[in-house]
Amino acid sequence: MSTESSYYVPEQSKLPVLAALGMGLMAYGAGSWVQGGSALVLLAGALVMVFTLYNWFSTVIHENMAGMNSAQLKRSYVWGMSWFIFSEVMFFACFFGALFYVRVLALPWLGGEGGHAGNDLLWEGFEPAWPLMTTPDMAVNGENAQFMGPEQHMSFPGWANLLGWLPLWNTIVLLSSSVTVHIAHTALKNSNRAKFNLWLGITVLLGAIFIVLQVEEYIHAYQHMGLTLESGIYGTTFFMLTGFHGAHVTMGTIMLLIMFLRGLKGHFSPDDQFGFEAASWYWHFVDVVWVGLFIFVYVLA
Amino acid sequence: MAHGPAKGIGRWLFTTNHKDIGTMYLWFSFAMFLLGGFFAMVIRAELFQPGMQLVKPEFFNQMTTMHGLVMVFGAIMPVFVGLANWMIPMMIGAPDMALPRMNNLSFWILPFAFLMLSSTLFMDGGAPNFGWTFYAPLSTTYAPDSVNFFIFAIHIMGASSIMGSINIIATVLNLRAPGMTLMKMPMFVWTWLITAFLLIAVMPVLAGAVTMMLMDINFGTSFFNAAGGGDPVLFQHVFWFFGHPEVYIIILPAFGVISHIIPTFSRKPLFGYSSMVYATASIAFLSFIVWAHHMFLVGMPVGGQLYFMYATMLIAVPTAAKVFNWISTMFRGSLSYETPMLFAIAFVILFTIGGFTGLMLAIAPADVQYHDTYFVVAHFHYVMVAGSLFSATAAVYYWLPKWCGRMYNETMGKVQFWISFIGFNVTFFPQHFLGLAGMPRRYADYALQFSDWNMISSIGAFIYGAAQLLFLFNVVRTIRSGKPVSEPKTWEGAEGLEWTVATPAPYHTFSTAPVVK
Repeated sequence: MSTESSYYVPEQSKLPVLAALGMGLMAYGAGSWVQGGSALVLLAGALVMVFTLYNWFSTVIHENMAGMNSAQLKRSYVWGMSWFIFSEVMFFACFFGALFYVRVLALPWLGGEGGHAGNDLLWEGFEPAWPLMTTPDMAVNGENAQFMGPEQHMSFPGWANLLGWLPLWNTIVLLSSSVTVHIAHTALKNSNRAKFNLWLGITVLLGAIFIVLQVEEYIHAYQHMGLTLESGIYGTTFFMLTGFHGAHVTMGTIMLLIMFLRGLKGHFSPDDQFGFEAASWYWHFVDVVWVGLFIFVYVLA
Repeated sequence: MAHGPAKGIGRWLFTTNHKDIGTMYLWFSFAMFLLGGFFAMVIRAELFQPGMQLVKPEFFNQMTTMHGLVMVFGAIMPVFVGLANWMIPMMIGAPDMALPRMNNLSFWILPFAFLMLSSTLFMDGGAPNFGWTFYAPLSTTYAPDSVNFFIFAIHIMGASSIMGSINIIATVLNLRAPGMTLMKMPMFVWTWLITAFLLIAVMPVLAGAVTMMLMDINFGTSFFNAAGGGDPVLFQHVFWFFGHPEVYIIILPAFGVISHIIPTFSRKPLFGYSSMVYATASIAFLSFIVWAHHMFLVGMPVGGQLYFMYATMLIAVPTAAKVFNWISTMFRGSLSYETPMLFAIAFVILFTIGGFTGLMLAIAPADVQYHDTYFVVAHFHYVMVAGSLFSATAAVYYWLPKWCGRMYNETMGKVQFWISFIGFNVTFFPQHFLGLAGMPRRYADYALQFSDWNMISSIGAFIYGAAQLLFLFNVVRTIRSGKPVSEPKTWEGAEGLEWTVATPAPYHTFSTAPVVK
């Protein structure tokens, strides 16, 4: 806690304002792109962001290697990463909360439970169920409904079909990757660099396999199961929860890949390795989120 | 690093200095305060008389929406971040914020976000018109096209807030001077530590809410559409899970400021320091479990209404502890009434009125009458204007001499206080009557029986608005030609590390940490 003799305060930097410009361009570009405009501004913003972040991280790494970072400054980075992960936890909590609210409260009310505001009159014949295959719209309008439920769902297919159930394999892949990244971490702390490179490489590979399997699952859902973003609240929550998780796995895999490349260049030492540790914390976090997803999106129907 | 600021515009664009960044936050928030204030003037001018006078109803809706968004996200939140940037490192004896480059990024996102948000006024279909709470389906099915820009503006503002908060937490937890234990921290630092925690917890939830809107609008999902099995009320739950902590995000740093000013001008230490800390933490905790008191009329089960009613009333306990502590600090103190103290005393009185009307609104059966009327408008302007903004104004007068080494004009400050105080009360006190008599909020026109109080309210608003221009004049005049001051302590009763450094505060303070006994 106590302030040591010199806390490194960086000189002026062009990076922050460039990053803000990148974010501004991306926000404006995304706003015009989603309503049918060109994606050019969005891409330009993304390029500015990638350029800026690359330089920003290089700068920080060089400062650390030049010995400018005191133990106290390093603690600031540790706090920063911890609270960033906490903010991500709350982001997922928002979508999990929406799922619970819909499953536990909103759907039974839509089906008329508790005599709420005449929902049973508005959506006559609607039977709440999860996964929701028949939307209220379908219950009233039949084939003319705008929101058609899916033909098949992704939930637990019964013990007989267990081994052909993709989410189970995804779970196995992701849980093992948490173990492998931990093995890599231990190896690094024991100065065993060959082992570190090997197990981190395996982790990155497992991350990539997970992403491929997830894409495979989405293609299957869209082409063969009639399960899309547009198939009512089941499709909505399924794709938004697994989709944001998938995006985070992709981010985590990129982080770990960069750490792998840095490891090959000889970065990190047994007592100074926070860049890698931060990426591995992030990885454990997406792993925990997946366990929540597996239980509440796939298993408990 | 022992040098002064760089020359030219580059100083501000590329800075990593907490004082520069604090200054930019303060000026930015004042610019947004004037913009949001201009929108408010349009609203009050239209409501000066019944019937449609100046603007079309559609544009009136855009004005109420933009007024709320600009004031909450552009004026009040950034002004306290500006104060945090300036004061926290100086209060805890740190050389700067913990992550100075990210600090500058947090600021520079804001001009982009608000440029984009304001530009929606000139787009086809107009600016967002669904109220600052942007309830679905008004903000989804029936929203103007510009809603997409609104959504992404919220996204990057949220990123700015989260980064700013991470920075504040890292600074407070990691950069305190030796000897400054947590329970020796100044109250402003405590309130900001807790506020930063609230921000990191709820800004992602707001991001989730606007993301759900984005998907419903553009990608056919049915979060807020009952036809697909979703629920528009889900939006309100998600929004208020963010929105209720948000109102404490807005008021807690104000509590912190007041807890510095009242002891200074009472020439007594703050009464009940530790109870202030625990009260702040209790308020923050309770803020997470009371959100549905904003939604008593959506058709919640009676059990839910009862729970949210009682939980909400519980907040009155720690809040009252704070008010009693401020009063006890003043009790038998050696009081003097400089401008910051006048604003602080007005804060205590008017915030308490806002708190009591909040208690009235918390009573679920009574809220059936008050809900969505001008009573609610009066209530939250008592806490946001007379609470947060009065406190921010007090803070500027209080620390301005330390910032720029010049003294503001005391007479002009007092004149501004009295005009603000009278203007504010003339504007908002009558709105209690309007609301109790049944005038709904967010309407461009009203029934004839509401005419008198509306006219009085509008006159008050113009008076209050004019007083802010006087504030601007006083601050600019102080910076350019105020009477120079050089004693480290501007106010004889002031305590704390920020008053031990030179006046004006040097560009870098506490390059080596002081020792706190």
